[in-house]
Order: sequence, then C-alpha cells, then structure tokens
Amino acid sequence: MVFIGVRAAPMVALTAFSVGVTLAMQAAHSLEQLGADMYVPDLVMVTLLREMGPVLIAVIVIGRSGSAVAAELGTMKVSEEIEALEVMAINPIQYLVVPRFLAMLVMLPALTIFGNYIGVFGGWAVCRFALDFNTAGYVLRALQSADTWDLYSGMIKSGVFAWIVITIACNAGLHVEGGAEGVGQSTTASVVQALLAMLVTNAVLTGIFFFSA
Amino acid sequence: MNANGESIIEVVDLVRKFGERAVLDDISLSVYRGETLVIMGGSGCGKSTLLRHMIGSMKPTSGSVKIFGEEITTMNEREIASVRRRFGMLFQSGALLASLTVGENVALPLLQHTEKSADEIEEIVKQKLQMVGLTGFENLKPAEISGGMKKRVGLARALALDPELLFSDEPTSGLDPIMTAVVDQLTLKLTHGSHMTAVVVSHDMTSAFRIATRMIMLGRGGIVAQGTPDEIRTSSNPEVHQFINGEADGPVPLNISQEEHDDHPHVRPRPLVAARARFHHKTS
Repeated sequence: MVFIGVRAAPMVALTAFSVGVTLAMQAAHSLEQLGADMYVPDLVMVTLLREMGPVLIAVIVIGRSGSAVAAELGTMKVSEEIEALEVMAINPIQYLVVPRFLAMLVMLPALTIFGNYIGVFGGWAVCRFALDFNTAGYVLRALQSADTWDLYSGMIKSGVFAWIVITIACNAGLHVEGGAEGVGQSTTASVVQALLAMLVTNAVLTGIFFFSA
Repeated sequence: MNANGESIIEVVDLVRKFGERAVLDDISLSVYRGETLVIMGGSGCGKSTLLRHMIGSMKPTSGSVKIFGEEITTMNEREIASVRRRFGMLFQSGALLASLTVGENVALPLLQHTEKSADEIEEIVKQKLQMVGLTGFENLKPAEISGGMKKRVGLARALALDPELLFSDEPTSGLDPIMTAVVDQLTLKLTHGSHMTAVVVSHDMTSAFRIATRMIMLGRGGIVAQGTPDEIRTSSNPEVHQFINGEADGPVPLNISQEEHDDHPHVRPRPLVAARARFHHKTS
C-alpha cells in the first residue's frame, strides 16, 4: 500500500503538474484564436478529470507498481517460495495477491484524485501568470465547468484500470517460468499488456459515457 | 518389513509421464509411522518428482497417493491444504520468503494455522531456531545468511507446527560435515523421541545411512532396491553397489539422450556457437 500509493506521489505530482501546465498552454493557444480564452480553465478541468488524470496516473502506476508486482511475484515463483506457501497450506492468492489487489484498488483512484488537484494547480499557474486570470476567477470558472459526473466518470475509469493493472501484473508474476530470464520477460509482458488493455478500455469507457450521457 | 505398523503414506501404481517419457513408472511404496525412509538415486531419476506427488503439488498420470489414509490425488486445493497442515516440508534451497525475516518465516505457519498469542509464537520460534543452531538470527533477512543457514531455517519452519510427518528434499546438501551431523541428529531425535515420520530424498550416502531405518533406491522410473540400511549396504545388486560406493563405472547409464529426456518437447535445439552472441546481445 505504501509502495503503490505514498511513494508514487512525488512522481504523480510532477507528471500531473506538467500535464496541467501543458493543457493550459495548448488550450490558451487554440482558444485565443477563437477569442475564447476565458474557457481555458474549463478545458483543463474537464480534460484532467475525465481523461488525462486517470490515464496518465495509470501509466505511471503500471510502470512503477505493476512491473514491481510482476517481478516480485515472478521471483517468488522461480525461487520456490510460492510452492513453499502452498505446501505450508497457505493459499498464495490469499496471502500474496489479495493484499496487492486491495492496495491497488484503493491507491490508484486516490492517486488520481491527488493528480487531478496538482494538474488543476498547474493550469492555474499558467492562467495566473501568463494569461489575464486572477486566482478567484480561475477557481470559479473551473468549478463551474465541471460537474460531479466528470469526477465520477474519471474515478470509475481509475477503478477499472486498477483492476486491470493488478490482475495482469499478478497473473504474469505467478506464471513465470524459466529463471531470471523468465522474470524479465514476464515483467515486460505485464507492462505492455497492461498499457494496451488500459488504453483500449479507456476508449471503450469514454465511448460508453459519451453515448449514454 | 514393518508390516504391523500403521502406514502413513501409501503410494500405489504411481505413473507420471512428461510427454512420452515415464519419469515414474508404476511405483508402489508405503511409509510406516515412526520410520525414516530415505529415497535415493541418481540425478534425474525421479526422486524429487516422487516427493512432489507425495506433497500433492504434482498430479500423477495414473495411480494413487494416500497420506494419513486420505487419497490426495483427487483432492481440490482446500482439501489438500487440510492434509498439508499435518506435515512439514523442507525444500532443497530452503524456499524462505525473501521479504520476511528469519523469525517471521518460522512464525508464518504458526500465525496462519494456530490461534497462539504473539508471546507464545515468539517462544516457539526461539526454540525451533535454537534446535537448528541459529539462536539470535531472528531479525536477519534470508539474503543476509548463507545457503546452509537458509536450509536450517527452512527446517525450523517445517518443524514449527510439530508435524507428525516431515518431508525433506536434500536436507544436507550444501551443509558442512558438522552441520550435516547436527541435522541428522535432529532428525533422529525427532523420529525416535517424538515418533515423527520422515521421508528424506538424498544422495548424501553418509547422512542417508546415519538416519535411515529403511531405504529405497530409484532408477529409470522404478524402484531398483529397497530394504534396511544393512540390506542395502550388503546388496548384491550392482547398481546399488555402484551408487552407494560412488563408482564412476558400472551398470548405471551415464548419458541420457534427448529422446529419453523430452520433458520440454517444445524446446528446439539451437546451435551452441551462437550462445556467445546471444549473451552479448542481451547484456549490451
């Protein structure tokens, strides 16, 4: 839990901040041409909550924690530790997978909320110092533009991503064969599969939300 | 043999095939309460495979394995778990959990399967570690101790629940002669004093003759010979004679061809000369 969540926070913060800043600058550039640069906060807020937040934080967590879980379980498999657990009548799923599963399910959405805040803060920095916004104006505009559904849809995505990432990582780890080389291959495979599955799912979920709303 | 004793393990007509090759070909044996059975045989003769069938982590192609009178080959994981609580297993490498300390490793079965208080568990852990000569090592991680120590911790862990049956896979390989003697004495004390039954896979002949009450020699998937240590020592069977005296020449075949050893039929042979290139490719 500490590993997946707390220690990932600085990295998440930096990423989210960069994304917030970038979003605001890009938005400002495009919207300015339409004379609509007052909508920059709206765009930053909604994009972050609905798409960039959940997806980018999931990318970080896949690279950081998903790979770590796959490698850790894989190493345990290779060094007979999993078999030893079974022979001690301890179910490796209960003992090893369930705690990691729960940690991921709690921590990925939590990190996403945290990342959203930082991203919005990044957007504010651009609006405040490069555009003609004051702080109150930015916050007001941002809050007005987003409704709770924006947040919820992002959280639903984040929860689904958590489930995908940890399932793929644990599965890859527990099915390692062939020593150190096998651990490496499984870890790589878990990252690639998790990324692809996450991005495809994101598109599907956005589609569902888009057409049902 | 010990026909009056109660049999704890009964293996009947056990066959296990990897692909076409029968690693275990129609093996039948019984283990009786209180005895120490040593299973020996050359590398790749199926000793470890036989052991894995007895602990239920491999399923046979055909045949039956009964432990404490219960058929384990048809059990699901939950049922096997209830049988496994009654025996301990020492793995060849120790198989300690690397993320836990030595003490936590030994405490693990106690925490998972008993309702004992933390103080009681700590006391048992101390006592078990003292038994294997590792007092005061509780707080080290497995990575910080030697291979022989890991094995002794593995033994302490296997004994944590005071099992009535102990399986050991090569308990003395990698130990120095003194530690070998200590582990052997411990096994003897437990089997004589507490009526524990032990099944030991070993090719350390000194140790085997010291602890065994009965011995079985495996070869080419079958039982080559069995009997008391004295019977084995004086056996007229040339294979047994060659094995226990460690002679290079004799009837035991040295080479196993690829066809005989096709555990992994999907592995295609590849030219060895390319190995250097593959290695550099990976490391650079």
